[in-house]
Amino acid sequence: MTTKLQHDIVKIAIASGKGGTGKTTLATNLAVYLSAYRDIILADLDVEEPNSGLFIRAEKVFEDTRYKMMPSWIEESCTFCGLCQDVCNFNAVLNLGRHILVYPELCHSCYACSEMCPGSALPMQKHRMGELKHYRNDNLDFIESRLDIGQEQAVPLIAQALKYAVQISDEKSIMILDAPPGTSCPVIETTKDADKVILVTEPTPFGLHDLKLAVEAMEKLGKEYVVVLNRFGTGNNAVEQYCENSDIRIIAVIPDNRKVAEFYSQGLLVHDKLDDFRESLDRIKDYILE
Amino acid sequence: MIDERFGRTEYVLVYDTGTEEMVSYDNRHIENEAHGAGPKTAKIIFDSGADILITGNGPGENAAIALEKAGVKIFTGAGRMKVKEALEAFNNNKLKEFKE
Amino acid sequence: MKEIVIISGKGGTGKTSLAAALAFLSGQEAIIADCDVDAADMHLLLSPDFGQAEDFYSGQLAIINNESCISCDLCRQKCRFDAIDTDGRSYNVNAINCEGCGYCARICPVDAITMKDQCAGEFYISRTRISSTLVHAKLAAGAENSGKLVAKVKKEARKLAEVKNKKYVIADGSPGIGCPVISSLSGADFVIIVTEPSVSGIHDLKRVYELVRKFDIRASCIINKYDINPDITARILEYIDSVSVMHLCNIPYSSSFTRAITQGLTVMENGYTEIEMLIEAAWDKIRKSINN
Repeated sequence: MTTKLQHDIVKIAIASGKGGTGKTTLATNLAVYLSAYRDIILADLDVEEPNSGLFIRAEKVFEDTRYKMMPSWIEESCTFCGLCQDVCNFNAVLNLGRHILVYPELCHSCYACSEMCPGSALPMQKHRMGELKHYRNDNLDFIESRLDIGQEQAVPLIAQALKYAVQISDEKSIMILDAPPGTSCPVIETTKDADKVILVTEPTPFGLHDLKLAVEAMEKLGKEYVVVLNRFGTGNNAVEQYCENSDIRIIAVIPDNRKVAEFYSQGLLVHDKLDDFRESLDRIKDYILE
Repeated sequence: MIDERFGRTEYVLVYDTGTEEMVSYDNRHIENEAHGAGPKTAKIIFDSGADILITGNGPGENAAIALEKAGVKIFTGAGRMKVKEALEAFNNNKLKEFKE
Repeated sequence: MKEIVIISGKGGTGKTSLAAALAFLSGQEAIIADCDVDAADMHLLLSPDFGQAEDFYSGQLAIINNESCISCDLCRQKCRFDAIDTDGRSYNVNAINCEGCGYCARICPVDAITMKDQCAGEFYISRTRISSTLVHAKLAAGAENSGKLVAKVKKEARKLAEVKNKKYVIADGSPGIGCPVISSLSGADFVIIVTEPSVSGIHDLKRVYELVRKFDIRASCIINKYDINPDITARILEYIDSVSVMHLCNIPYSSSFTRAITQGLTVMENGYTEIEMLIEAAWDKIRKSINN
């Protein structure tokens, strides 16, 4: 028998410096596993390559197109002063004499050109950048956001997906955020408002190197972070040494198991199939509910 | 030597076929641009009043749009040629006109 | 000189290990470029000497001079990124949120805001233990991963290849489909997509191929860990055939990859003959295809 516990909304980000360490495997299994105990919102914020949806079986309850605001040139109102090009810091506005060109993919939507234009000839208009889909299954709400191919900026879409996730939550929810790999802007956007960050890594030199980068980023943000060591039993113990020397908690290890890779390859969850994986999930659950 | 890529080319040379004068614009600062290098380089072409651009592989999408609006005709295939070679190739119709 | 770029769509497919293996095989014929600047790992396999290092600047940060500030609040109102706030006494810029657009600096009636160039990382040119040259970089944590640093790595690699008369530039690209990948692909003569037979792998392969198609570059594919899922391997082979992407080889799931990485070696140096033979055959195919 499962009991539902009453607490405040809590945001857990699952990130890693390196790609392919098991972020999505952990995020999806954790979300489904925890949904037996609590209302869970899982948000896939790897908007360039969203994969979590391949593992979640749920019904679509909402979908829509996502837009960013871009300036759009109105020739009749233009005074051809060229101020718009001068105030754009991103080379997104080009003054070609009698013609103003706007490059939507370079624009950061700062509104400077639009609001400073003396003729109001650059009103901001909606431009498609991607999609958002919301699925539900019992206590699990799954949000997937997907960037259109050719769109260069992930951050605006990640911000909108996060906003949507907060909108549909209530004070009883736990939000799990599947972050993109790396430590640059998209990851910062995903983790900056998280309550706890779980960094997933593997016991290899790549895993250690990229973990250090992720730790640096989390320190800059002042986030509480812990480590989950995946594929434990391969590589070496340098990651463990590093965590011990730096006082970083390893809250769980996930033993290396070819079966995990095989189930993962088929789009299957493993929490209900592999005992030792589930034990690792229990430890992570304890940390989240601490 | 003509740069195969357009956007981050280091120099832009403008040749006036009437006066046979060549003016050179130093475009090396373009390296500092994170994005929008192509359009910025296209602006130099526009400001110079040139009618024809001779380049290597051709401009990227963004620069191509700017050049089209600016009314500049683009000829490609001159990548890695010396400037004189490139002009000869153009005059002998050996270059390809770039169409969006 | 031909430029070969290795990408993956999805992270963790073995892209960097395979790029390093090709670097090893190409020896003195290539300049190596690590374009995965957000999580640059090639250097862990090639022991570079970081001989040449320089700071890399990208983007700006708004700085408010509170002595000149008259608290008109205009900057805070205009900022679209929630990057300016006030505690009643002074105005402060949140460096993490500041996008560097400069709007606040332009709009301030007393010029109390200046825009400062940001050091976003470091750029290096190194000699490696296999005697080739590695051009690489490290993006600062939290920096915007625009294609600019990638473009710089590529540009310097190309320059060196011209000057030293090398046949190839071999570039380890970035995962994903965004700006850094676009920058990695620009100007490439040949692309290798490294994938794995999983639902995620094939999903991401299709997305990244869409991007490659826009660039109209000859593309090829390596299926790594193919025996994890023979069904999906077959589906991938079908797909790449249907879009005329050249199949290079299938590599079995092998602990030799992890073992090699752990010792700081490429998989060509670990004495696992099957994998080495497969990669050598792939390199032959690549060279034949490029030089036609």
